[in-house]
Amino acid sequence: MKALLVRDIRLAVRAGGGFGLGLAFFLIVVVLVPFGVGPDNGVLAVIAPGILWVGALLSCLLSLDRIFALDWEDGSLDLLATAPLPMETLVTLKAVAHWLSTGVPLVLASPLFALLLSLPAAGYGPLALSLALGTPALSVIGTFGAALTVGLKRGGLLLSLLVLPLYMPTLIFGAEVARRGAQGLEFGVPLAMLAGITFGTIALLPFASAAVLRVNLR
Amino acid sequence: MELNVTGLSVARGGIPVLEGLDFSLRAGEALILRGPNGVGKTTVLRTVAGLQPPLAGKIGLEREAMAYAGHADGIKTTLTVRENLEFWAAVFGTGDIAAALAAFDLIPLAERAAGALSAGQKRRLGLARMVVTGRPVWVLDEPTVSLDAGAVALFAQAVRAHLAGGGMALMATHIDLGLTEARVLDVAPYRAKAPAHDDFDGSFL
Amino acid sequence: MASIWEYANPKKFIQTTDRLLPWMSVLAAVTLVVGLIWGFFFTPDDFRQGSTVKIIYLHVPAALMAINAWLMMLVASLVWIIRRHHVSALAARAAAPVGAVMTVIALATGAIWGQPMWGTWWAWDPRLTSFLILFLFYLGYMALWAAIENDDTAADLTSVLCLVGSVFALLSRYAVNFWNQGLHQGASLSVAPGERISMVYKLPLYVSMTGFALLFIALVFLRTQTEIRGRRMRALLARERMG
Repeated sequence: MKALLVRDIRLAVRAGGGFGLGLAFFLIVVVLVPFGVGPDNGVLAVIAPGILWVGALLSCLLSLDRIFALDWEDGSLDLLATAPLPMETLVTLKAVAHWLSTGVPLVLASPLFALLLSLPAAGYGPLALSLALGTPALSVIGTFGAALTVGLKRGGLLLSLLVLPLYMPTLIFGAEVARRGAQGLEFGVPLAMLAGITFGTIALLPFASAAVLRVNLR
Repeated sequence: MELNVTGLSVARGGIPVLEGLDFSLRAGEALILRGPNGVGKTTVLRTVAGLQPPLAGKIGLEREAMAYAGHADGIKTTLTVRENLEFWAAVFGTGDIAAALAAFDLIPLAERAAGALSAGQKRRLGLARMVVTGRPVWVLDEPTVSLDAGAVALFAQAVRAHLAGGGMALMATHIDLGLTEARVLDVAPYRAKAPAHDDFDGSFL
Repeated sequence: MASIWEYANPKKFIQTTDRLLPWMSVLAAVTLVVGLIWGFFFTPDDFRQGSTVKIIYLHVPAALMAINAWLMMLVASLVWIIRRHHVSALAARAAAPVGAVMTVIALATGAIWGQPMWGTWWAWDPRLTSFLILFLFYLGYMALWAAIENDDTAADLTSVLCLVGSVFALLSRYAVNFWNQGLHQGASLSVAPGERISMVYKLPLYVSMTGFALLFIALVFLRTQTEIRGRRMRALLARERMG
């Protein structure tokens, strides 16, 4: 089990693995927004939590099709399916590897990017907290989408179409935590909801992902 | 240990291709499937390896007994040969890769990135993976593609060593491996026939 | 007593629906015409909303069918997963575009109604947002069906997507409620005390709702027949290749 995790992260970090691309994309989104809405710090401060969440979500989306597509192309996925590893474990490990190589960097970089959008000081903690709690859900849901579209030519666009609606509850509660935090309001309720969604998806969705992956491999 | 396949019918893309296939393999035996392109050899091998469900029939052994090598080698080009093999050894819980490296003459290449290997060398790496799985039944689909004569001999030797250790091998190949003890099964006579009458109910075909 | 699963046989399904379809279509047309004309021309104007209220006879039934179509797809997907009846999977596929169109009708009539009432074509109100999300789910579902060549694979994958999507659609509904409390009035036919629709409006509304339901059923029957025939055609072509 550990071997698969180590391999996936190693592959992500090595040349052509795409590690850091998501982060760079996140940075570009954050840089583009002030050009779009104007340099007024007051306006930016108001929209910063939402922009940061949407940016994180899009960066996450960008790397989803790599979760299975590369292993599918070179035949590793077939071989992994014959390995003594339940499919549910396989998809969970893939999601964890995706989170470690995409979600964690986003969480770590978010305070820095928040600075660019002049997020109010009170918002940093809740923002990082909501991203830390919400990005695992993004990875797990994304793994489901990637499992659905594995093996499809030009599956990337379809993947986005399938996954984005599934991302909505996570985005709503995650951004709500960040927004309330930035305004100095109490954010316990949306935080609890976000945690509920994250743990719920981690507990249940791997079964669906494994089921569709089995269908796609046969 | 024995692999008994009885009444196996397989489908590709929802269409039956072969039906009523029977064969058995005892420990130390090898079976070579022959037949024209597109007859369904790959589909049979994938079904036996447990990658897809059979339409009908039984495969006498658990899928946990099978090690499968298909057309693609499952090699990560940015990892070294050693890292590639160590990964599979860890996944299959065997650990030791020295024997596999030696069997396919990969020791001099061990630290090279797999992306820098030639097609034949990649194939050797893909086959070396079979050794590290430690599983009794090797299911091999065209194992000798892009191998030169020397490498084919290495492969035949590895298969023989595997058989001598009580293993089994089921493979589809067109070339002569020099495995004289292997039995040959021509699958062409088992080609699925279209249902005779126009029975248009639940299953459509 | 014949089992309901008898109709899972494509042949039986086509025979039965062939007999039912003309009746269903006529009935649907009649109830729709009666319901809409009654609603549009023979009900009094509302004392606050004026004649704009009459769009309710399109808006509410369409919204109702938009949700019910998804529920029907959910049930059909479950039947496919559990019992593997092809007709069930094809019926789910057939219902999706109808449901999507119903969603669009509900959204469009809502916008037309909202403009004079709320002074805006669109507001990020929970109900409106939920319907937009529902529409996105329909789009994804149809796109997945269209993207996969193998019929059985497509049926399996879309069924799982429908199940998972239903859970997430429900979650989104609550999330959206939490996110914005909204302008939209409560459910039009809810039994909550206070503002309720008078019987004068309700009766034609029931009639047009029945009309929409019948129209939906007729369309799904027809489209399922088409899907079955398409499926049979592909099966025959495949058989020809087998020789």
